[in-house]
Amino acid sequence: MLTSEERTEIEAEIAHYEQKQAACIEAMKIVQKHRGWLSDDGIRDVAEIMEMTPAELDSVATFYNLLFRQPVGRHVVMVCDSVSCWIMGYENIRQYLMDKLEIGMGETTQDGRFTLLPICCLGNCDRAPAMMVGEDLHQDLTPEKIDAILEKYA
Amino acid sequence: MPSEKNMERPLTKNIDPDRGPLDLKGYVAAGGYEGARKALTSHQPGDVTELVKNSGLKGRGGAGFSTGMKWSFVPMGEDAPHPKYLVCNADEMEPGTFKDRLLLEGDPHSLIEGMIVAAYAIQADVAYIFLRWGYTHAAGLLRRAISEAEEAGYLGKNIFSSGYNLEMYLHISAGRYICGEETALLSSLEGKRANPRAKPPFPQVSGLFGKPTIVQNVETLCNVHHILNHGVDWYKNLSLTEEGGTKLYGVSGKVKNPGCWELPMGTPVREILEGHAGGMRDGLQFRGLLPGGASTDFLVEEHLDLAMDYATIGKAGSRMGTGTMIVMDDQTCPVGMALNLQQFFAQESCGWCTPCRDGLPHVVKILSAIENGEGRMEDLDKLSAMCKYMGPGNTFCALAPGAAEPLQSALKYFREDFENHIQGKKCPWRN
Repeated sequence: MLTSEERTEIEAEIAHYEQKQAACIEAMKIVQKHRGWLSDDGIRDVAEIMEMTPAELDSVATFYNLLFRQPVGRHVVMVCDSVSCWIMGYENIRQYLMDKLEIGMGETTQDGRFTLLPICCLGNCDRAPAMMVGEDLHQDLTPEKIDAILEKYA
Repeated sequence: MPSEKNMERPLTKNIDPDRGPLDLKGYVAAGGYEGARKALTSHQPGDVTELVKNSGLKGRGGAGFSTGMKWSFVPMGEDAPHPKYLVCNADEMEPGTFKDRLLLEGDPHSLIEGMIVAAYAIQADVAYIFLRWGYTHAAGLLRRAISEAEEAGYLGKNIFSSGYNLEMYLHISAGRYICGEETALLSSLEGKRANPRAKPPFPQVSGLFGKPTIVQNVETLCNVHHILNHGVDWYKNLSLTEEGGTKLYGVSGKVKNPGCWELPMGTPVREILEGHAGGMRDGLQFRGLLPGGASTDFLVEEHLDLAMDYATIGKAGSRMGTGTMIVMDDQTCPVGMALNLQQFFAQESCGWCTPCRDGLPHVVKILSAIENGEGRMEDLDKLSAMCKYMGPGNTFCALAPGAAEPLQSALKYFREDFENHIQGKKCPWRN
């Protein structure tokens, strides 16, 4: 069941659109923000308020790479793998992160602290290589910088 | 011709990297919202469209279509369906492109003012900013700017006592490159999978929720209030070529000073690359560049003196695209770069039509084989054939044709590197 906080936030989004279902992506993001990811229960809860079937809503959810249908860590590390970052040494950054966190891309550390994901161009190409941790952008990355950055996320 | 030092930079004049963006008070003190006031209080909607058409402003998202012309296709008058919509495409996801970020983070009120003018011209009732998820800093700034504009009466009912009403909302996307395609963006804004739609009908007639809709890039919209404020002649004179205005040009890759600059439209490629970006880093040689994002054809040494505008770069067999260049140096493998680009497009294909959904993974497989020393010479013909198969006219939208552009031009300009991989059975850059 949606919490009253989730419901209030979703209803505010619904008011922005001519048709209710237009707000379904925003609604899923709201639930994900509160619960960390979109479980089957989360999908059912959103589907109900959106007046959609869970299957219908899931067909939308699975299209978008930033709606997580699997549990993720407390902090999602997204490493840009697009062309400018690739030229500027993304492969070393990715390798360093995998070695340091002892996980592969798409995996979560055993302590549930970090999930490592690839992401396409972050629009920060003049300061490549770049990555985001949660909502924070980090740029001009080097292995040394990464140690200090990860420290900040408990 | 405007000289470098005293040239006007309407898009970035309020942007100072040492401080945050101007708030409403600061923006108004700098002459802000005067263009919108002028449009709403002393011009008919059709006159605004006519001015923008005459200014020569072309869509800065990459396609380069005449902005005023686009607006002129929207049904007007009492019989026109309502609500009509204006959508700002702030889903900047073209790899190598970081120009709209500068405007969104640097001067959010300028975007809102441009949107008010554009919305008035087509008599839109509701405006959305479709922002990519990753621009979290811009999201906060835009939210604040929209509420400041609402409080000041620049949004809402009876704006500038003109009788015109406009609501504006921020929509934050949940990812996927395809959302930047205008009809896919509208599908996404309706809460659906972001599959592109067949055209016609064009969004100007049947767009969001089946209503008349204009989708316009951030940089494009940031131009329109300046055109209203200073006039068509002023706007045209900002440019070095036939195409009006200034342009945000960017450079990324192994250059000395990567960045983004507002310069006269038509500034030569070399001046941007060497003058502003400082040329190649020491010890590296220039080999080629993608002039306007990942989905544009390579340009090489022989093209460096061309003017960066839509017509000139188009004549050279490429596209100016977003105007943000990606530079390839001699320590970067052209096959590896082509592979990275195609992996991106294959991953981001929405899967709606066959040439894109099946063609791109096939291209990735062939390129991976070549990069790993397992390619055969006939693979090069296969790649060329795939570029045609994924080309214009065979697909629903421009994603696959865009993917073909850097590949077909890499095969043309760097063929020897592809052949060396195949004959030497390895990538020369990976030992």
